Amino acid sequence: MNESLLRTLTPAVLAVLVRRGADFAAAEDAVQDALVEAVRVWPDDPPRDPKGWLVTAAWRKFLDAVRADTSRRNREVRVDREPVPGPGEAADDTLQLYFLCAHPALTPASAVALTLRAVGGLTTRQIARAYLVPEATMAQRISRAKRTVSDVRFDRPGDVATVLRVLYLVFNEGYSGDVDLAAEAIRLTRHLAAGTRHEEVAGLLALMLLHHARRPARTGADGRLVPLAEQDRGLWDTRLIAEGVGILQAALARDRLGEFQAQAAVAALHADARCAAETDWVQIVEWYDELVRLTGNPVARLNRAVAVGEADGPRAGLTALARLDPSLPRHTAVAAYLHERDGDLATAARLYAEAALSAPSLPERDHLTRQAARLNAELRG
Amino acid sequence: MAKYLLLKHYRGGPASLNDVPMDRWTPEEVSAHAQYMSDLAARLEDSGEFVDSQALSSEGTFVRHDGEGRPPVTDGPFAETKDLIAGWMVIDVETYERALEVAGELSAAPGAGGKPVQEWLEVRPFLSPCVTITD
Repeated sequence: MNESLLRTLTPAVLAVLVRRGADFAAAEDAVQDALVEAVRVWPDDPPRDPKGWLVTAAWRKFLDAVRADTSRRNREVRVDREPVPGPGEAADDTLQLYFLCAHPALTPASAVALTLRAVGGLTTRQIARAYLVPEATMAQRISRAKRTVSDVRFDRPGDVATVLRVLYLVFNEGYSGDVDLAAEAIRLTRHLAAGTRHEEVAGLLALMLLHHARRPARTGADGRLVPLAEQDRGLWDTRLIAEGVGILQAALARDRLGEFQAQAAVAALHADARCAAETDWVQIVEWYDELVRLTGNPVARLNRAVAVGEADGPRAGLTALARLDPSLPRHTAVAAYLHERDGDLATAARLYAEAALSAPSLPERDHLTRQAARLNAELRG
Repeated sequence: MAKYLLLKHYRGGPASLNDVPMDRWTPEEVSAHAQYMSDLAARLEDSGEFVDSQALSSEGTFVRHDGEGRPPVTDGPFAETKDLIAGWMVIDVETYERALEVAGELSAAPGAGGKPVQEWLEVRPFLSPCVTITD
């Protein structure tokens, strides 16, 4: 019995059932039942078309459940009147599953959990471990999400941007324990990209690959943060970088720029530099200008100020920073960095220590505290 | 086995004996301090005494129920003088004496000059939902 084959097939089978009109929770139960039967039957009598087998078995399980439940009779009639397509044209079905899981009625956190469960085929236990919450808590969260989307019918195309947002969130959750969410996000985005020609899907995939390529260099052996400029570029995964750049170039050639392509372009410029000093900051500033134009996102403005500091000197960076809301996350850390580059070590040390207090993660807090400590040691001479 | 909460304080508790603000340490001292705590957690995992540990953000808010149908009352960020908890570790150990021993070890994490910080930790036993009948 090939477990990874089952994990690959599960979302596609689930998607077929949902498209045929099964509500989400019932479809999932039916697929689970079909999987149990597969585990029992396949070793003795392996099917020639495993997916077709699972669809048929799951659909039968679903109909059994529906028939047993009189309150669902209406839906059964509706479902019954619909022609039953074969399992052959299923590429779009999984795509629809992405849209369902990214439904606007769900909170981002629920959408992420549901996507990992339905499209990623992860178990509730795996998702709970990745999020460091008890399994029962995650089970509640997922079943609440399923209830929220249980009445949604696929009668209009969903919003690609929302799906991409969800996959982006999965990627940013990083990894812990036995599920690497960044790798999982890449796997799902690859899958999504294979079924659609949307240039922002390609942009997001390129962005993920380019960031993922740098992961081995991003933390030291003791878990401490290594800033981009100090990373050992020999540790970067050149294969992933080449793939990301290729995907990005193909997407950019279609001339429909979006924020993920612009972010990926910045990542590609970093990946392209043999050492930090060779980074093409002027081009990076131009891409941040595009990003600000596309999104107006304050974080993009903040990153732009950093890039300006590198391209035109720390004074120019501080001028750009002065126009931004000081309550932005990492604003103080950026100010500290620019003041240090400008030679004002005392101000920089004070700002690093202040930034450490509101750091969003422990490695970042330790990093900022270390920066403050380094400058204070230097000032003491 | 009984569970104990070891609380690290930012402020509000008695000052550490080696009381130097962390940004006045050297970067190596900061790293050594963090390393010490994760090594201790790993050792307690090996001995089967570790339950959980978390570092907390320095920002917090007091919250209170304000009656049916009304939003909860908050008093905004903590004022300087209020007690702030920096983080905790939960251990599950055989005896109270062992809990004190572990807390002592945690309090000895190295600080400025590589000398132990000797910070004050609060040790609080967990209340169990039911009492075990032993006789």
